[in-house]
Amino acid sequence: MTGTAFPPATSAPSSAAAVAELSAGARLRRRMFGQKSFVFGVGLLLVIVAVALLAPVLAPHDPYAQNLSQRMVPPFWYAKGGWEHLLGTDNLGRDYLSRLLYGARISLLIGLSVMVISGLIGTTLGLLAGYFGGKADLIVTFLITTRLAMPVILVALAVVAMVGGSLPVVILVLGLLKWDRFAVVMRSATQQARALDYVTAAEAAGASTPRIILGEILPNVFPQLIVVATLEAASAILLEAALSFLGLGVQPPLPSWGLMISEAKTYMFFSFWLIAIPGTLLALLVLSINLAGDGLRDVVAPEGRG
Amino acid sequence: MTRPILEVANLSVDIRTAGGTLQAVRDVSFSVGRGETLCLVGESGCGKSVTSLAIMDLLPRAATRRVSRLAFDGVDLARSGKGAVNALRGNRMAMIFQEPMTALNPAYTIGDQLTEGYRRHKKAGAAEARERAVHLLEKVGIAAAGDRLGQYPHQLSGGLRQRIMIAMALMCGPDLVIADEPTTALDVTIQAQILRLLAELQRELGIALVLITHDLGVVGRIADRVAVMYAGEVVENGTAAEIFTHPRHPYTQGLMDCIPLPGRTKPGERLGVIPGVVPSLVGGIQGCPFRDRCPHARPVCAETPPVKTQGEHAWRCILEDA
Repeated sequence: MTGTAFPPATSAPSSAAAVAELSAGARLRRRMFGQKSFVFGVGLLLVIVAVALLAPVLAPHDPYAQNLSQRMVPPFWYAKGGWEHLLGTDNLGRDYLSRLLYGARISLLIGLSVMVISGLIGTTLGLLAGYFGGKADLIVTFLITTRLAMPVILVALAVVAMVGGSLPVVILVLGLLKWDRFAVVMRSATQQARALDYVTAAEAAGASTPRIILGEILPNVFPQLIVVATLEAASAILLEAALSFLGLGVQPPLPSWGLMISEAKTYMFFSFWLIAIPGTLLALLVLSINLAGDGLRDVVAPEGRG
Repeated sequence: MTRPILEVANLSVDIRTAGGTLQAVRDVSFSVGRGETLCLVGESGCGKSVTSLAIMDLLPRAATRRVSRLAFDGVDLARSGKGAVNALRGNRMAMIFQEPMTALNPAYTIGDQLTEGYRRHKKAGAAEARERAVHLLEKVGIAAAGDRLGQYPHQLSGGLRQRIMIAMALMCGPDLVIADEPTTALDVTIQAQILRLLAELQRELGIALVLITHDLGVVGRIADRVAVMYAGEVVENGTAAEIFTHPRHPYTQGLMDCIPLPGRTKPGERLGVIPGVVPSLVGGIQGCPFRDRCPHARPVCAETPPVKTQGEHAWRCILEDA
């Protein structure tokens, strides 16, 4: 509303009053829509989520139906392409658009569930270590360094070799392995918050320890938690793609974006779109999650409120 | 004399540091009667704040507390469980912190923070707690109290925040308020307002107040009793009138010489200074801790000074006529 760089001096007090009089909802909207990257990230993410949820409605074909007479049809913008298969077909003649739509569900499912599982483990450990310190801190720090010493891909490889690859296995392996950054960040954020007077003040007001950890500290480390959570969700999606690419993740014929890239690599020099389209979508999804998380931190940070 | 609201007997606090054990508070005893104001006075690092934290059981992990009796209204807190202490803290005994900028949680509105303890301790509903919060905000001199409840701490100035801290301490109608240098972080005009407010509320509500300060001018105006601390010990303890008119310990006398008094300080006269610095409290201290800075020091001061009493006035000095 103060669009001009130098508003007339007389209008300054009234405009300041107008800011103060805005309702809480209006202020929240102003903070959210004031950031272009946040709007872009959330918008893109919402589109991808909506498309994934509506895949059964939107998909023009069955993503699993093979049609060997229609193999490697290029997308519509190629001379040989047609409107029957908008984004062409893969090496088994399956409709590429339909597979991409269903693949979005798998990528989002993995990102979300890995984020929740690892977030719960890591945040709990980090809060306990940061708040109690001493022995609890030593144990958690030991767990973190132990975990950091294990390469995710290698552990995933071993687990898949033992129990076989499938979607639940990928989610569990990644969820149980990727809590380290949550724990590291939450631990140091908690240590900082714990030293502040309002924690002592809450103790002086007779609050119990769980009440202090969940009610006083957690809301103040929430901005950091959100940033880590989105980064981890994006990284889980990429890891799933990498695992699927190596043949250790989601098993065919499930359409995961990583798996589609893996299947397309053989035809990279002949049918470029097969690898370019899922690759671009993967990059866009990760970008949108990161932008949304970055903006969300600014929206929920206490200093930005009111 | 009726039963005091707070009795502290032989309180010692040791803090483990890299350089050894720091005896931050040594053998401190005092008591506060109902509705009485006790001022804990002393220079920085003499153990005033640690004493107040020890009373509220808020010491950091590295500190250990030893006390022979720490009784609140006859209940020995040192021998009570954490649950019993928590039921008293914030309810019948409250604390006001030095730094209003950090003592309020930035993630919650003023209203949330004011009503939280009241609702927990008094099992009150949201509307009742809100009403009480508005009432107290008006009492501490905050205009448009209803609107303030929806604001976050970062929207308020330091003086306003300290008023809110005071209101928060008063929410449950405590019998005892411990204020740890509540005005240090504020500028001078606000300091006077806040102290006047504290003193008024203390009289009006009949609260016992333990005020930690190094401002003797404040002490002279509002204290009933004064405890002077030096190097972790209470070196002199008595009614404000006695301490101001007949300071017995050389340290208290030195402090009194440092403040200008109308009538006693002549124009152009230099104010007193106490030379030297507080001795390190790491490791044990033998004899009188003040002897290196004391103008009356004699060889006999290397012995542990005895506690002398005269009525309610007590001081810790071996010399007869200092």
